[in-house]
Amino acid sequence: MKRHVELKNHLREIFHFRLRLAVSIGFTLVLLAILLLRFVYLQVVRHDYYQTLAESNRISIVPIVPNRGLILDRNGIEMAHNYSGYTLEITPGKVANIEATIDELATLVIIAPKDRKRFKKLLAESHNLESVMIRNRLSDEEVARFAAQQYRFPGVEIKARLLRDYPYADKAAHLIGYIGRINETDVDQLEENDLAANYRGSDYIGKTGLEQSYESELHGTTGIEQVEVDSGGRAVRLLSRTPPVSGNTLVLSIDAKLQEIAEQAFGNYRGALVAIDPSNGEVLAFISKPGYDPSLFIDGIDPQSWDELNNSPDHPLNNRALRGQYPSGSTIKPFMALAGLFYNIRSPERAISDPGYYTLPGSSHQYRDWKKGGHGMVDMFKSIVVSCDTYYYGLATELGIDNIYNFLSRFGFGKKTGIDLDGETSGLLPSQEWKMKRYHQKWYAGDTVSVGIGQGYSLVTPMQLAYATATLANNGVGYRPHLVREIRSPRSGESRMITVPPEADLHLNPEHLDLVKRAMVAVTQPGGTAVAASLGASYHIAGKTGTAQVVGMKQGEKYDASKIDERHRDHAWFIAFAPAEQPRIALVVLAENGGHGGGTAAPIARKVMDYYLLGKIPTPLPDTAESEDAPHD
Amino acid sequence: MTKRQLWLRFIAHLDPMLLLGLALLMLTSLLILFSASDGSWLRVAAQGGNILVALVLMWVVANLPLHYLMRTAMPIYLLGMILLLGVLTPLGVNSHGATRWLNIGVATIQPSELMKIGVPLMMAWYFEKHEATLTWKNYLVAAGLLLVPVGLIARQPDLGTALLISASGFYVLFLAGLSWRIIGGMVVAGLASAPVLWTMLHDYQKHRIEMLFDPSQDALGKGYHTIQGMIAVGSGGLLGKGYMAGTQTHLDFLPERTTDFIFAVYSEEFGLLGNFILLCMYLFVIARGFMITGSASTYFTRLMAGSITLTFATYAFVNMGMVSGILPVVGVPLPLISYGGTSMLTLLLGFGMLMSIETHQKLNKS
Repeated sequence: MKRHVELKNHLREIFHFRLRLAVSIGFTLVLLAILLLRFVYLQVVRHDYYQTLAESNRISIVPIVPNRGLILDRNGIEMAHNYSGYTLEITPGKVANIEATIDELATLVIIAPKDRKRFKKLLAESHNLESVMIRNRLSDEEVARFAAQQYRFPGVEIKARLLRDYPYADKAAHLIGYIGRINETDVDQLEENDLAANYRGSDYIGKTGLEQSYESELHGTTGIEQVEVDSGGRAVRLLSRTPPVSGNTLVLSIDAKLQEIAEQAFGNYRGALVAIDPSNGEVLAFISKPGYDPSLFIDGIDPQSWDELNNSPDHPLNNRALRGQYPSGSTIKPFMALAGLFYNIRSPERAISDPGYYTLPGSSHQYRDWKKGGHGMVDMFKSIVVSCDTYYYGLATELGIDNIYNFLSRFGFGKKTGIDLDGETSGLLPSQEWKMKRYHQKWYAGDTVSVGIGQGYSLVTPMQLAYATATLANNGVGYRPHLVREIRSPRSGESRMITVPPEADLHLNPEHLDLVKRAMVAVTQPGGTAVAASLGASYHIAGKTGTAQVVGMKQGEKYDASKIDERHRDHAWFIAFAPAEQPRIALVVLAENGGHGGGTAAPIARKVMDYYLLGKIPTPLPDTAESEDAPHD
Repeated sequence: MTKRQLWLRFIAHLDPMLLLGLALLMLTSLLILFSASDGSWLRVAAQGGNILVALVLMWVVANLPLHYLMRTAMPIYLLGMILLLGVLTPLGVNSHGATRWLNIGVATIQPSELMKIGVPLMMAWYFEKHEATLTWKNYLVAAGLLLVPVGLIARQPDLGTALLISASGFYVLFLAGLSWRIIGGMVVAGLASAPVLWTMLHDYQKHRIEMLFDPSQDALGKGYHTIQGMIAVGSGGLLGKGYMAGTQTHLDFLPERTTDFIFAVYSEEFGLLGNFILLCMYLFVIARGFMITGSASTYFTRLMAGSITLTFATYAFVNMGMVSGILPVVGVPLPLISYGGTSMLTLLLGFGMLMSIETHQKLNKS
């Protein structure tokens, strides 16, 4: 019996165990089913997602920075180009003690205090793990010395970079401008314009001058390399490559040699010069004196150089030609004369008697002529030749400010010329409306009087005056001034010529033009105010001098240049075009504190015209290697 | 004896079906290891050595009579306990913030590995001994035999191993007929105490569990393993990227790809189809294990065979679940596939027991 019970128990036990075993098998099958479902989910349902992740894991996109476009003058001389050079760079994350490392490096390569200062600035600006430059333009010897010791400097490396160079340096700084490191403002701007992708990998962007205004042409298109990387980010294999497209070459209308000659003609004067081909608006020379070395800015200017430039009383960073606003002085007179003729206020023959001053009817206030005692009987022709103030006081009063405003604005005064540089200022051509807006005052008759000789409220930029002079030279047909005449694609070789249509034809009466131009030629002849300009010239020069007051004179006070602080002396203007009969060049010269226009500004203009029209190199001039090349005609 | 007789004698205690399943998995191991190690014959040869040594052990164990196996239960368990306690002494070796190893002069050993077999063996032996008069007290004692070493291992800390040994011990309790009511009670108690256990976990353990729910919150840190594993599996697709062509593997994105994450390599290169085949191979071995369990004649052998089979299935599930992101990252190798000698030895020791159980009772019957 007992045995029977045991057996029964045993069978029950087996039954229970088999049940448990069945549950175990079921449990195991469930586990395997869970895995299978999970695999289906990952490998079928979500396959595309993980496929993408795996691809982006292994594929890294490396930008290839394009070569920046060249800037050439009209004869193909390089004014901005690239060269490959070596920089010494430190990756901050890999260097424990940066100061000590730099001290150590200084035993191998020259590291000036300004390099250290610049490094600190760049370090503060850098926001990712990239390397920061400590020295640029390493000499071959320095490269060799460092390379031999490189093992001592983990995290420090030499990089070959394409560097920008400006052969004309300070002679064309305000024209060419410079590139600089992309800063946060630039990044914001690029993102706003949807250009950030094309600047992946780019370190530099145009900051001023043509480098800035033609940035979109010069930068080029960034190439892309798709490389397979391992988890450490090391490139293992190249998958595909879209080559970069180099930036376009800018061919300027500027004549580099002319630019150089003009720059040197200034000597020690500060000032500006703009020369334009009146037949098409091409700018031939563009000077703002003094200049500065644009290459200082490329990798961030060191604080010392910055202070020197920024605090210099000469204001070398100020682009005088584009942004300087000065009273036009007497250079406005040919345009005023044309206005008088246009509105039929004065006939050419009508002469006035000049006692040496002008008074408004019913007033005793004397507006003085520059010549004490006056010029005697003065008609329109003579008014220009001798630059008679009294004549224009009366003419302005008779024209009235509204007519003056309407007529002069057609010559481009009071507005930007639209030259292809950023940051142009618009000068000031006063009007009744302007004065009300600006000063909440009505226009007085006395305000008009000084406007007649280019003083008072009116201000011009050298650029504006150059445009007006070119328009006058071209008989009232003006062209928007421009610096770039051709844009070449280095890859396809195709080029786009930049031509501008005439801005406006002022429909000036040829007789009026003839009179004014003849008078301007007489200005440069004996008896005129700028005799020096055409002494011995083989062509006719039409010109007009001007003097812009820097400090006002009290009634009855006499201007005596010798007694005035140099920086308070008058600015000297000279506008000219030549040959007078068939003008090929129109230019404006401003010599700051140069006194009288005929004495300082006109000779500068003459040198420029002599070179441009005759190929004549002024003496003395160093660097005359290309003197045989008469570039024109 | 003739050669043939010798041969018959040699294979007498080997189970051909089980051996076939093991051989398929081991060949798969060598194949995928070659890819995972970027074509290192050295690595493959070393694993081949591990397999050979483990096979020899398996053969020896398979040839041991059952009563002999039973007799080893107590000594192995006691030795394991002594070594586990030894870890607490200055002889314990600390590495990565965990004291899991013991310096025995000639080598450092991990006592918890021994307990993977020692604990179920001891419990099965205990149940066998009290088979006739089983009461709830015996279950309590058996649970004690399980929980003491598990507690010691958990505080090393080595939560993964502790949980896996708990599982194999629990399987013994379950197969021994632990009442459903108590199992239900344990589940409820486990769920209720989860928040308390959570606070007892080490930070890195918490991290691993947190990562499971959102690996992306620390994609380059703690979540890296999980994310890269899932990317490898997911990007494998239906048919895989091809042998030796997994980008996650060969571009070094997969961590621990010859050991704990070798399944990601396999899955990336052979895809869903390969995974299905692998699951079938595991199922084949497991099925054979359950067949042996079902036909086992004694209480001890039933419990032992069932626990070994279930534990094997659990290891496979936990590893593949971890790599495919449904379980937290615990240091569990993929059984019979991952590179490593210790786990190969422990596993084949278990399979040797299965073969012994199967073949010796056949002989007994005949």
